[in-house]
Amino acid sequence: MVKYTLKRLLMAVVTLWVIITMTFVLMHAIPGNPFADEKRIQPEIMANLNAKYGLDKPLIEQYGIYMSNLVRGDFGVSLKYQNRTVNSLIAQGFPVSMTLGAAACLIGIGIGILFGIIAGINRGRLPDYAVIILSILGVSVPSFVFASIFQYIFGAKLQWAPVAGWGAPVFLILPTLALGLRMIAYIARMMRTSMLDVLSQDYIKTARAKGLTEGQVIRRHTIRNAITPIITVAGVMVAGTLVGSFVIENIFNIPGMGKYLVNAVKDSDYTVILGMTAFYAMILVAVTFVVDILYVIVDPRVKLD
Amino acid sequence: MSEALLKIDDLHVSFATYAGKVQAVRGVDLSLEKGEIVAVVGESGCGKSVTAQTIIRLNPSPPCSIDGGSILFQGTDLTSLPIKEIRKLRGSKIGMIFQDPMTSLDPTKQVGTQIIEAIRRHEKVSKKEAFARSVEMLELVGISNPVERMKQYPHEFSGGMRQRAMIAMALVCHPELLIADEPTTALDVTIQAQIVDLLLSLREKLGTSILIITHDMGVVADIADRVTIMYAGMVVESGTVEEIFYNPRHPYTWGLLKSIPKPGVNGKERLIPIDGTPPDLLDPPVGCPFADRCDYAMAVCREQMPETTQLSDTHQTRCWLRHQLAPKIKNPITGRED
Amino acid sequence: MKELTQELFLPVGKNPDNANRITRPTTTYFKDAWRRLKQNKIAISSLILLALILLMAIFAPLFSQYDYSSQDMFAVNQWPSAEHWFGTDSLGRDLFVRCWSGAQVSLFIAFVSTMVNVLIGIVYGGISGYFGGRVDMVMMRLVEIIYSVPDLLWVILLMVVMGPGLHTIIIAISITGWGSMARIVRGQVLQLKQSEYVMAARTLGAGGGRIIRKHLIPNTMGPIIIELTFSIPSAIFTEATLSYLSLGVPVPLASWGTLANEGARVLQLMPYQILFPALLLSLTMLGFNLLGDGLRDALDPKLRR
Repeated sequence: MVKYTLKRLLMAVVTLWVIITMTFVLMHAIPGNPFADEKRIQPEIMANLNAKYGLDKPLIEQYGIYMSNLVRGDFGVSLKYQNRTVNSLIAQGFPVSMTLGAAACLIGIGIGILFGIIAGINRGRLPDYAVIILSILGVSVPSFVFASIFQYIFGAKLQWAPVAGWGAPVFLILPTLALGLRMIAYIARMMRTSMLDVLSQDYIKTARAKGLTEGQVIRRHTIRNAITPIITVAGVMVAGTLVGSFVIENIFNIPGMGKYLVNAVKDSDYTVILGMTAFYAMILVAVTFVVDILYVIVDPRVKLD
Repeated sequence: MSEALLKIDDLHVSFATYAGKVQAVRGVDLSLEKGEIVAVVGESGCGKSVTAQTIIRLNPSPPCSIDGGSILFQGTDLTSLPIKEIRKLRGSKIGMIFQDPMTSLDPTKQVGTQIIEAIRRHEKVSKKEAFARSVEMLELVGISNPVERMKQYPHEFSGGMRQRAMIAMALVCHPELLIADEPTTALDVTIQAQIVDLLLSLREKLGTSILIITHDMGVVADIADRVTIMYAGMVVESGTVEEIFYNPRHPYTWGLLKSIPKPGVNGKERLIPIDGTPPDLLDPPVGCPFADRCDYAMAVCREQMPETTQLSDTHQTRCWLRHQLAPKIKNPITGRED
Repeated sequence: MKELTQELFLPVGKNPDNANRITRPTTTYFKDAWRRLKQNKIAISSLILLALILLMAIFAPLFSQYDYSSQDMFAVNQWPSAEHWFGTDSLGRDLFVRCWSGAQVSLFIAFVSTMVNVLIGIVYGGISGYFGGRVDMVMMRLVEIIYSVPDLLWVILLMVVMGPGLHTIIIAISITGWGSMARIVRGQVLQLKQSEYVMAARTLGAGGGRIIRKHLIPNTMGPIIIELTFSIPSAIFTEATLSYLSLGVPVPLASWGTLANEGARVLQLMPYQILFPALLLSLTMLGFNLLGDGLRDALDPKLRR
């Protein structure tokens, strides 16, 4: 177990390093070296940057400085606005994104698994078709379309919840729904397939031959085995959602990570893009690591070599 | 003769498929006395597993349906019993084990948990008592260090061990009947022999009757009291082990016996395969289903289904060669004219 | 029942032809798949729906009296009418034409980038699977690493580097979306390399060409076609999301995403402006997803009964 954990940890660090390096190279591959474009960057900021990040030094040295800053938890500063650091953006945006993401994951994964189980047990009957239709719609209709529909119906017409904004729990309702619906669809679809797969296994026949009731067969032998393959997907989803959704945060005007990143892209604020991507990567890799460890606990078959 | 433990009468089972109805079992008769071991033998797809699974109604319905006949177990007809009642019988009165022990145990549950579950489903006993009984059962099926083994997961067991665990699980409630669906097929030859010995010794100790499904005539010779040979969903011959091995009367049985390797008897003796494949049961032939592959086929065989001929109290066959008008031929196994 | 006569008991011997008779019709893999697909009403309806959308996208702009970019200040924000079937936008542009030329843009981007995805995926996966061992491990780890960050983020980063434009979107989606295809192809190749029937074919003297033609292509085509059907909607989705965030195709070009974005701004007053592009977008995604499901059922030989 210790060896396995260490190996996974090493893999996580390598992954993180590759992603950050790729992003660094990409950002410096932008034609016309925007990092040293004196016309676009205010001279005070430029001087600051040079002093702190050595932007006037060769690329390889900048890379060294950048990485050592990262290791010390410094994600960089804005090219556009003086006194704005990526760390401050993260400090403001991440809690917001995480709140929304956690709410969406909670309903998305919970309801998704529940629906998948219901569909799998009732294969070929009404509940199954209902879940299939819901999940195919959820996968096919982009979340911004759902978001707009919800804004129009529940926000503008029925006025059950505010159309956009942030600050009180009511603001969570519509974005959580819009974000969660897609997750419900994905998870329900996968869980259904997984349930059907498990139900066709020999050990289910054994369980039935023991005289267990259908309910016992499902509860004791099917669900746990069916959830195992969902963990990986759910893990990636949780990571992606916790760090915010570009689309949903923009539509609902939520001051989260996704909104800041899209703004940075529109502003061509390259250091912010780079810093936020690095943070993204960290969260994603950390969650993947946790999922890998969880897997071993849930499925005793996973080899620990 | 006392009332049989299990008596299957004229059972018909079919499966609905895209191409139509496949008649997997077409009028099977079978009986099993208390303490007896009966083997059902036949090629893949002859309906032997379907018959066995139908006894405890394990085939999902749809697509499977029982179209006729009866299955009497201790005098109760299982074909008409509500599924709830069948579930109470499963595991308590009738245990079942399967072909592939590698996939037949839940990979995410400890072996002990799975055995205890079988006890506690049918009997109101404490966890502690169930644990003790499971350990006892594992010991009985020849698993050493049973207490430690209880806490292990199936992937920590070898194939033979898993089949032993499966047997322990199936017998832990002391059922009257054990259905063993190809219990040795997926195992190594040496392990096969061990499992056969185990089943025989368990019959001695627990008095369990065993219905064993197999295609291996070697296993049959070692274990069975009586044998039923199935072909294309029908019983073509049945009798005691002696009758089937020393006085077989159906050409298909001859074919099966000639295809067993007999090492060391005579270097020149060759294995003789049965040419061809069984008919598709989507559209079974009107006559004897074996006629197309039979060396002794007569015109009548292709046109009409033969009746069952009673050869002794225990021995019967379904073949036109037993008709009074049929020519006398030399039995390739016994060498006698009959 | 016919009377039994002595003649009926004359030996006739066995009938080997009949003994090997096969009652079920023999078909080739693709014929069989096509037969099953034809039986699937949902898949066939989706196919027809997609064909209709494609035809409309090609021909509707040609035969309309309006042009997708010409503005009419006397007819701004008109609700759908006989004159303007889908209404007009804030600049008086006809939304019917804009929706269908938007379809052209969306579908063009999706098709081209999916084709490139498939090509890269086949080559990458093929090389990885063919060489196996260390090469395979490194190549697949790389895919794993790249995929620990969501596609959309990579696409956004690439768009930042290359600047907005039709071509850059195609390139960005093309070089980010091939991972799952590569995995599938690699899996198939690996499996095939070790499979006993290929060994058997080799033993029987089949050459490389024959093995590729008779075994590799039929076995890999199925999963590739299925993956293709699912990656087209995901490309449409990525493009729509980008355009919705105003990071996509530049004005006056419009894709469904751009149109939906423009519509979303006036959602509360003129919901028809987002309705039509969102509906077309969702229908197309739905069509591809349902067709993909149908193809998966049809092309999986294990499901044949």
